[in-house]
Amino acid sequence: MKEILEILESNPRIEPGEIATMIGITEAEAASKIKQLEKKGIIRKYKTVIDWEKAGEEYVYAMIEIKVALRSRTGYDAIAERIAKFPEVRSVRLISGGHDLSLTVRGRSMKEVAFFVAEKIATLEQVQGTVTHFVLRTYKEDGDVLFEKERSERLAVSP
Amino acid sequence: MSYSRKSAQNALLYPRKAMPEKFVAETVRQIPPSGIRKFFDLVLEMDGVISLGVGEPDFVTPWHIREACIYSLEKGVTSYTSNYGLLELRELISNCYKKEHGVNYDPKSDVLVTTGVSEAADLAFRAMIDPGDEVIVPEPCYVSYKPSVSLAGGKPITVPTYQENEFRITAEQIRKSITKKTKAIVLSYPNNPTGAVMRRRDLEEIADVVTENDLVVISDEVYGKLTYDGAHTCFSSLSGMRERSIILNGFSKSHAMTGLRLGYAVGSEPLIAAMTKIHQYAMLCAPVTAQMGGVEALKNGDGEMQKMVREYDRRRRLVVSSLNKMGLDCFEPMGAFYAFPSVKSTGLTSEEFAERLLKEQKVAVVPGNVFGECGEGYLRCSYATSREDLVEALSRIEAFLDSL
Repeated sequence: MKEILEILESNPRIEPGEIATMIGITEAEAASKIKQLEKKGIIRKYKTVIDWEKAGEEYVYAMIEIKVALRSRTGYDAIAERIAKFPEVRSVRLISGGHDLSLTVRGRSMKEVAFFVAEKIATLEQVQGTVTHFVLRTYKEDGDVLFEKERSERLAVSP
Repeated sequence: MSYSRKSAQNALLYPRKAMPEKFVAETVRQIPPSGIRKFFDLVLEMDGVISLGVGEPDFVTPWHIREACIYSLEKGVTSYTSNYGLLELRELISNCYKKEHGVNYDPKSDVLVTTGVSEAADLAFRAMIDPGDEVIVPEPCYVSYKPSVSLAGGKPITVPTYQENEFRITAEQIRKSITKKTKAIVLSYPNNPTGAVMRRRDLEEIADVVTENDLVVISDEVYGKLTYDGAHTCFSSLSGMRERSIILNGFSKSHAMTGLRLGYAVGSEPLIAAMTKIHQYAMLCAPVTAQMGGVEALKNGDGEMQKMVREYDRRRRLVVSSLNKMGLDCFEPMGAFYAFPSVKSTGLTSEEFAERLLKEQKVAVVPGNVFGECGEGYLRCSYATSREDLVEALSRIEAFLDSL
């Protein structure tokens, strides 16, 4: 099962038939195992990594650190779930260290992101303060390097 | 610029008169150039070739190993090491053999670190061969054993292996090839180019022949970690064989470190000492940067290695099943990273098939006859290539078959 997940994580477009060949089971078995994994929610969804910049679409990303003042009897979950509802927010994490929550926010311009943080996030009652870091360039995203991949200069034929 | 134009230009830039042929030693003149080389020149002239002709991993050396090499350079570790190699590395190698195969090798006297396994093989032959000694070499095999034996003054006696027997050499075949002059047997399993592996009981039968006839074995186990079904059996782990064998191994295949040139030999003291004597005069020591990388590989490299092995295994199944489906009969290789399909059904020779496939579909494979006469009618296809390239290469091979 772990093997199927590893293969699909590297490339979700590989057909069940090919996965079956690669790990030595039948195509039907592979297909049913994948179905199960999807049903159980172990496979959450299939995604595509896109270089939007190359596609000519400008996006601005920022990492936002948030200091939270907890209200009595509600934990971090409540505020985190609330923030996660905004489509501009791409990720929400509870972190250790100087701040409590770390967000990734995407917008069309720096202004748009700045206003979003100022109007929608900073104004929340539990939010004590925010620090916004704009992303200048992404080198690696979710395990995938986004610059030219390392190519070993192998000879075409060798013993 | 194409390769041929480049060489023509070189001839203009550096005009020269050839030396008399007699300056080259007779023994060297008699050794034919590697068949792989010829094919390599052909490939260089073409663009857009997908190569399944490569005998090395497509992975780059894992980062933690490269990082250890770089750090050692930053610290200024650039001097000679002991002729035997860094003691720390030898200790790690010794531990490996104890832990994985239950064989004890004293790191101070039984382990020699070399500049790649090729050097270790050359040293072993030179250390044990007297003029005229015969060495039994099962084929198809890696291209360097025969010339190395000849250069050491010995006589390689090749023994063919067959697909019907899954390219395993049998004790019976070896027994029949033994003469009064036989000194040693070369075993290289998992095998390049066939991907064949030996089962423990096959090796035990050979061990009996070795003892009966007072022989020594050179076992090249550089692909040992790339064994896909069950564990690799180290030849010296068989009863009585530790004192009758030199085991060759290295980091090129298991840790994707081909260009760093790091191998080693483990064995009994008198032969290892003799090999070290030659190594000391010819090579002095293996490159220290590579040795530092080797230390890191053995200390922390298992995880990355397992990951590579799992990936090879998947590609192996993919390639073998596709080749069989398109009608190229291919036995299931259980080790290394090669498939060795038969092209006999096409009526073409290995070289005709490989050359036309390259010219018509731009896929490079190595004709099997390069690895010995009994490799005729086969191709070596390396699956140490990304899945995407493999899938494309396989569909081109299928298109080529359809066009025949």
